[in-house]
Amino acid sequence: MLLIRCPYCEMERPETEFRYGGEAHLVRPLHPAAASDEEWSAFLYLRVNDKGLHAERWRHASGCGRYFNCLRDTITDKISVTYKSGEAPPSL
Amino acid sequence: MTGDNRVQSGGRIDRAKPIGFTFDGKKFTGFAGDTLASALLANGVHLMGRSFKYHRPRGLLTMGSEEPNALVGVGSQESRFTPNLRATQVELYEGLTAVSQNNWPSLSLDFQAVNGLFSSFIPAGFYYKTFMHPKGAWESLYEPLIRRAAGLGRAPKARDADHYANLYAHCDVAIVGAGPAGLAAALAAARGGARVMLFDEQAELGGSLLAESAARIDGKPAADWLAATLAELAAAPHVTLLPRTQIFGYYAQNFLAGLERVSDHLASPDPKLPRERLWRVRAKRVVLAAGAHERPLVFPDNDRPGIMLADAARGFLARYGVTPGARAVIATAHDSAYRAALELAQAGVAIALIADLRPNAEGEWPEAARKAGLRVETGAAIVGTRGHLRVSHALVAKRWADGSAGRGEAIACDLIAMSGGWTPSVHLFSQSRGKLAFDETLQAFVPDVSAQAERSAGACRGAFALSEALADGAAAGAAAVSAAAPAPVSVEGAPAAHGGFLGLSPPHGDPQKSKAFVDFQNDVTARDVTLATREGMRSIEHIKRYTTTGMATDQGKTSNMNALAIASQALGKTIPQVGLTTFRLPYTPVTFASIAGMSRRELFDPVRQTPLHAWAAENGATFEEAGLWKRASYFKRPGEDVKAAVARECLGTRERAGMMDASTLGKIEVVGPDAAEFLNRLYINAFAKLGVGRCRYGLMLNEAGYVMDDGVIARLAQDRFHVTTTSVGAAHVITLMEDFAQTEWPDLKVWFTSTTEQWATIAINGPRARQMLEPLVEGIDISAAAMPHLSMREGHICGVPTRLARVSFTGELGFEVNVPADYGRAIWEAIWAEGRKVDCVVYGLDVLLILRAEKGFIVVGQETDGTVTPDDLGLGKMIAQSKPDFVGKRSLAMPDLAREGRKQLVGLLPDDSQFKLDEGAQVVDAIAPAIGTSALGHVTSSYFSPTLGRTFAMALVAGGRSRIGGTAYVTTMQGTALVRIVEPIFYDKEGKRLDA
Ligand SMILES: [Zn+2]
Repeated sequence: MLLIRCPYCEMERPETEFRYGGEAHLVRPLHPAAASDEEWSAFLYLRVNDKGLHAERWRHASGCGRYFNCLRDTITDKISVTYKSGEAPPSL
Repeated sequence: MTGDNRVQSGGRIDRAKPIGFTFDGKKFTGFAGDTLASALLANGVHLMGRSFKYHRPRGLLTMGSEEPNALVGVGSQESRFTPNLRATQVELYEGLTAVSQNNWPSLSLDFQAVNGLFSSFIPAGFYYKTFMHPKGAWESLYEPLIRRAAGLGRAPKARDADHYANLYAHCDVAIVGAGPAGLAAALAAARGGARVMLFDEQAELGGSLLAESAARIDGKPAADWLAATLAELAAAPHVTLLPRTQIFGYYAQNFLAGLERVSDHLASPDPKLPRERLWRVRAKRVVLAAGAHERPLVFPDNDRPGIMLADAARGFLARYGVTPGARAVIATAHDSAYRAALELAQAGVAIALIADLRPNAEGEWPEAARKAGLRVETGAAIVGTRGHLRVSHALVAKRWADGSAGRGEAIACDLIAMSGGWTPSVHLFSQSRGKLAFDETLQAFVPDVSAQAERSAGACRGAFALSEALADGAAAGAAAVSAAAPAPVSVEGAPAAHGGFLGLSPPHGDPQKSKAFVDFQNDVTARDVTLATREGMRSIEHIKRYTTTGMATDQGKTSNMNALAIASQALGKTIPQVGLTTFRLPYTPVTFASIAGMSRRELFDPVRQTPLHAWAAENGATFEEAGLWKRASYFKRPGEDVKAAVARECLGTRERAGMMDASTLGKIEVVGPDAAEFLNRLYINAFAKLGVGRCRYGLMLNEAGYVMDDGVIARLAQDRFHVTTTSVGAAHVITLMEDFAQTEWPDLKVWFTSTTEQWATIAINGPRARQMLEPLVEGIDISAAAMPHLSMREGHICGVPTRLARVSFTGELGFEVNVPADYGRAIWEAIWAEGRKVDCVVYGLDVLLILRAEKGFIVVGQETDGTVTPDDLGLGKMIAQSKPDFVGKRSLAMPDLAREGRKQLVGLLPDDSQFKLDEGAQVVDAIAPAIGTSALGHVTSSYFSPTLGRTFAMALVAGGRSRIGGTAYVTTMQGTALVRIVEPIFYDKEGKRLDA
């Protein structure tokens, strides 16, 4: 079980308090109607699925309820950093 | 029987405390401190089990948790029966009842040993190839046969009577293994002031020191040093000692999982004690001091009872005072077996011969053995054994330079003590994702690069000698608390032992014609491994799966390195080139019950009951489960069957009035200046202009355009909405709302509160509904003129605040009374009292589903399955076309969602008006469609309607709306049924009854 630091609570808490929320930094087009079918499909379905460092969303579901982002290594599961929604991923 | 093979003194047993037990129904006596294994050996019992595949007689190979052969079932009652326990770990208690496994009709006479005679038909990969043909034979013939013939113990037949606990713990330093290295580490860390947890799988802490009779540590006999060390650790308040606790898993971030056997060793445990505790430990630093496993030598018929590892034979003597034989042949390639020979000889065991595979044996231990007059032959190989239920002869031959051996000379013996050397236990290190390296000198994999805050110490990283292990452990413990390594303690009388051999022992004749076991638990021979390479397996992972070597519950502790060496030789590669297989958890088997812990029976899952549950139960409700909720299905009266009850509730509601508990409905309070804008973006309907006091049916899509949830949304104020959701979708909907509000539209000022459990919701439907409520409601005009359909008012009912909605899920005049949950039952009873005056009924979920389907109202999750659009449901008109965007809108214009011929919701009327279609049944366009024809769609809802006096259904059918007026067929258990395709509305098409 991972320990995850919630950037809002500023505490490390056990993984069971959190819910995974998929890839981070996906941007919903401001004007979906203007998006082509290909662009919209990509937004809906294409994910980087990286081997290695992955920016992803988690929610502190059984805590403060906030969504935040983190960088996790998909090979080792190591979470190197968590940061608030809306912030750019820190460079490592 | 008494312990015939027990020496007069020595060992850690208490000869003053005899203990009676049974094995396969036969009575035996052992002593306090014995394991089942040592007590049976003391009684001369070597035959303890039958092998997995060939049913060969087997005895003890080892003395510890790595034991592959002696698996037993323990427990006199079915409710406390545990299969597959290692006899080496089962502590003896008065009345212990154990049985052998995998034998029929008895251990000494096993008919299935015939498998052994036909064993050339069950070679490596036999699961995969031999039983493939003919088609169908696997299920009907082979699989049951194999299941009976090959297997471990049986599952208990009664429900587990014990209880199990889960514990979380945190510490500075977790130390796995309480042998010399682990104890030295614990001392150093504890002296540094750290919170230390020391785990060991055995009943007593001490590891190899428990069998150490010669060595002196710090000037004291090893046993005294051990006692003093344990006393110091036990007295330290920040140290937790956990014997009988197997750390079986090493997860990310130094998270360890351990299983503590709390009461299995007690004859009559305190019933308050759990049987086992599952420890979940988070440690800042971990010291792995897991020790090493001795390896068998791989020679033909190396598996007869009476053939065991040399240090196990020595250990049984040293710890339990048991002589495992009267006349021993020592087969070795390592110095440590000489020590075993010396100690066994001192106890009166005749040592017929020490056969050493190595050309020379010059270490301190071989010298001591020679000095003691023991016969030593170097360059000597065991090329076979004899005996049936116990070994009777070792066949000893000269080892030739070409890697083979001569014809064996039979030497009588009842014990072969063998040693191929030692394998560091790197299982947990490997689980921690640390990288291993192959040490050419040791011919072993040892920990190289740690992946976590971890350090291995002692024999598990190749520091085998007692002095090395103590020093390494002390250094690891000190490093864990950032202290300098303490000065090493002095060690005398424990010379280092060297040597080792990997792979197939030099054979006499064709090794393909004999059975030299590599993996004892899974019955894998050297021949199987070479066969796998000949059949094309190149990767060790493939060889492992093909032969099943290392895949048994012992995790290949005694077999992995020999299997790897045989494979690497067959493949012509070096051992590091072939590489190790992945070490999987658990290190030793773990009970499911300990993982479940308290989450069993009524505590398995929470049960949600509405505030009106008790009233329903008292009034004859039959409940069903909807998610975690209990919902009333119907209210049978005495003498009624289900059909009669449902008909009475249906007709009563349609003709007069019906009440239903709708409290499970999900409710979310959406508040804030941007609440309307938020809902406008989330639902397909328009909410911006919804007037205060009005309600609107809302349909929610996911971003892919498919219907996800629905519910009625009421506007209570400019900035406040009462949103309802499906009963099981509430948590998902509020999560989605939070997601959009927090991450997509953080500029919107809007907040969400789950209020499902704050409100009791009472639905009143039927032409007399208004009559029932009017006398009770205060401050709300519920007349048709003042309170139209789809409105909500706040006021009081019987003095209690209420949110009263006029909504209908039945097509009848309908109200929903929301009151604070604590008042739910009182208000329900007050309305019910009024209802009885107008002959109202109470109805359950069954009737609700029929009434709504008669009106063609959908249930999300029944008419939808995550691939259904609003237009598919005929609800396309609800889409607020004026809105530039809402969740899912763009997707509705994607080619596949906008195409012709999608499945659309239609009604079905079976030609036989009394025949009810199965929900989920396929809709087809021919009476007997050819195999391979795709279905037009499927039935989503199907009922008998008491109102219509006939059956009806809804279905999703390709191009459904254009087929209305036509016919189709629906599959049934007896062929197909003819149906008419109609509009999905069956009752009151004009909607007049809403305003009745
Ligand atoms: Zn938080």
